[in-house]
Amino acid sequence: MCDQTFLAITFGPCDNCSQNKPLMNIYLKNEPINYCSLCVELMACQGLAKGETTNTLKAESESLKAKLEEERAKLHDVELHQVAEKIDALGQFVMKTRRTLKGHGNKVLCMDWCRDKRRIVSSSQDGKVIVWDAYTTNKEHAVTMPCTWVMACAYAPSGCAVACGGLDNKCSVYPLSLDKNENLAAKKKSVAMHTNYLSSCSFTNSDMQILTSSGDGTCALWDVESGQLLQSFHGHSADVLSLDLAPSETGNTFVSGGCDKKANVWDMRSGQNVQSFETHESDINNVKYYPSGDAFATGSDDATCRLYDLRADREVAIYSKDSIIFGASSVDFSLSGRLLFAGYNDYTINVWDVLKGTRVAILFGHENRVSTVRVSPDGTAFCSGSWDNTLRVSAYLRSSGESELRNILYNTV
Amino acid sequence: MARDMSDKEILKMELDQLKVEVNTPRIAVKTTAPEIIAFVEGLSAEDPLVKGVPEDKNPFKEKGGCIIT
Repeated sequence: MCDQTFLAITFGPCDNCSQNKPLMNIYLKNEPINYCSLCVELMACQGLAKGETTNTLKAESESLKAKLEEERAKLHDVELHQVAEKIDALGQFVMKTRRTLKGHGNKVLCMDWCRDKRRIVSSSQDGKVIVWDAYTTNKEHAVTMPCTWVMACAYAPSGCAVACGGLDNKCSVYPLSLDKNENLAAKKKSVAMHTNYLSSCSFTNSDMQILTSSGDGTCALWDVESGQLLQSFHGHSADVLSLDLAPSETGNTFVSGGCDKKANVWDMRSGQNVQSFETHESDINNVKYYPSGDAFATGSDDATCRLYDLRADREVAIYSKDSIIFGASSVDFSLSGRLLFAGYNDYTINVWDVLKGTRVAILFGHENRVSTVRVSPDGTAFCSGSWDNTLRVSAYLRSSGESELRNILYNTV
Repeated sequence: MARDMSDKEILKMELDQLKVEVNTPRIAVKTTAPEIIAFVEGLSAEDPLVKGVPEDKNPFKEKGGCIIT
C-alpha cells in the first residue's frame, strides 16, 4: 500500500536567471513559465513602487475610502423621504395579470420590450429566444441558440433585430425578417467576444452599437456591423451582472453593477469610471437608470433595492423590509419614476413608492423566482419573466363596480 | 480581465479609482432631492401605472366576446 505523496520537482535552468535550480512551474496568463523561486519573488514585486506591498496598498485604499465617505457625508443633510413627506401618498394599488405568455420550455432569464410597445423578446435556460406579440400572445419568431442559459437579450431600437447571448461568451445579433419561413439562425451575426459568460447586453441609441457586460468583469462597446471592439471598461473586481444606459438622447454614460457589490458609472467615450458606489452587502443583480437620468436604482442579493443620486454622489434611499429576506433579481421604474417594480427570488414582485420609501403593493402569481421585470416603453404595463417558464404582462386595474360588471357580461357571452 | 488580475493589480486599480473619486464635484442632497421630486410630480399625472387607464383605452384589456364572421 502506497500512501506517500511525492512532489515532483523539475530541476533545470531558470528562464530568467539561467542558473540550474529547482524550478517552480507556474502559469502566467495561460503561458507556462519555469522560474526558480527567487525569480518568482522578484517578478511578483515588479509593478509596485518601492516599499509597496499588498498591505500598504490595502491600508491606503481603506484610508481613501474613509475620506470619500467623509466627503459624501458632508452633503448628506436631509433624507429623500423627509423631503417627500408633504407629497400625497399613492392610492390603493390593484394590478392584474393581463397576459400570460407560455411557450418556453425552461426558466425565463431575460426579456426586453420593443419600442413599438407591443413586442417582447425573451430568452430562457434551454437556449430558446422567442419574440412575442404581447397584445395577442402570439409567438412571432423563435430562435434556438447553440448554448444554454441565454442570460441576456435585447431588442434593437428599430425593432428589426434582437441581440442575445449567455454561456457561449458571445453576443449575437439576429435580424428579424417578416418571412416566417426564413431560418433566422442562418443570418446570425456574432458581435461580442468575452472570456466568460455574457450577463447583459443593450443596444445604444441606434442599431449600430451594442454594450455588453460579462462574467469576466468587464463591459465593452462593440460595432455591430464589423464586430469590432470600440471601447472596453475595466474597473469591476468580479463578474458584472447588469448594465443600463442613461436615458437621454445625448447620453453617453452607463451604469453597471456586479458581484463585487459595486455599482459603477462609466463615460462611454473615454472608458473612464466616473463614479462608484459600494453600499450593498451582496451581489448587485440589476441596475436601472431613473427616467431623469440623475439617479439609478439597484436590486441586490442582500434583499434590498437602493436609489443612488448621481449629482449628490451617494445613496439616498433604501427599499427594504424585515419580512423580505430573498434577493431582488430585477428592478424597473414606472414612466414618471414614482414607482419601482422589483422582482424577488421569493416569487413575488414588490412595488415601492420611490419618493417615500414605502411598499405600495405586492404582486403574486409566479410559481418560481422572478428573474426579470421591465416596464413597457409607454408605461401602460409591465412584463415579468420567471423561472416558472412563463412571462406575465400586468397592468393597473381600475375596478369601479360598473366596469367590472360589464367585463363579466362580455366574457360570458 | 478581472479574473486574470492578481490581487495586487486589483488593489492598485481600486486605489487609482478612489483617488479620482475623492475629487468629484458633489451637490447637497437638499438640492437634488426636491429636483427629483419635482421631476416625478411633473410626470406622474401622465403615468399609466400610477393613475390608471380606462378599460376602453387599455391595449391589454381582456379579450372577450364572440366575433361572428
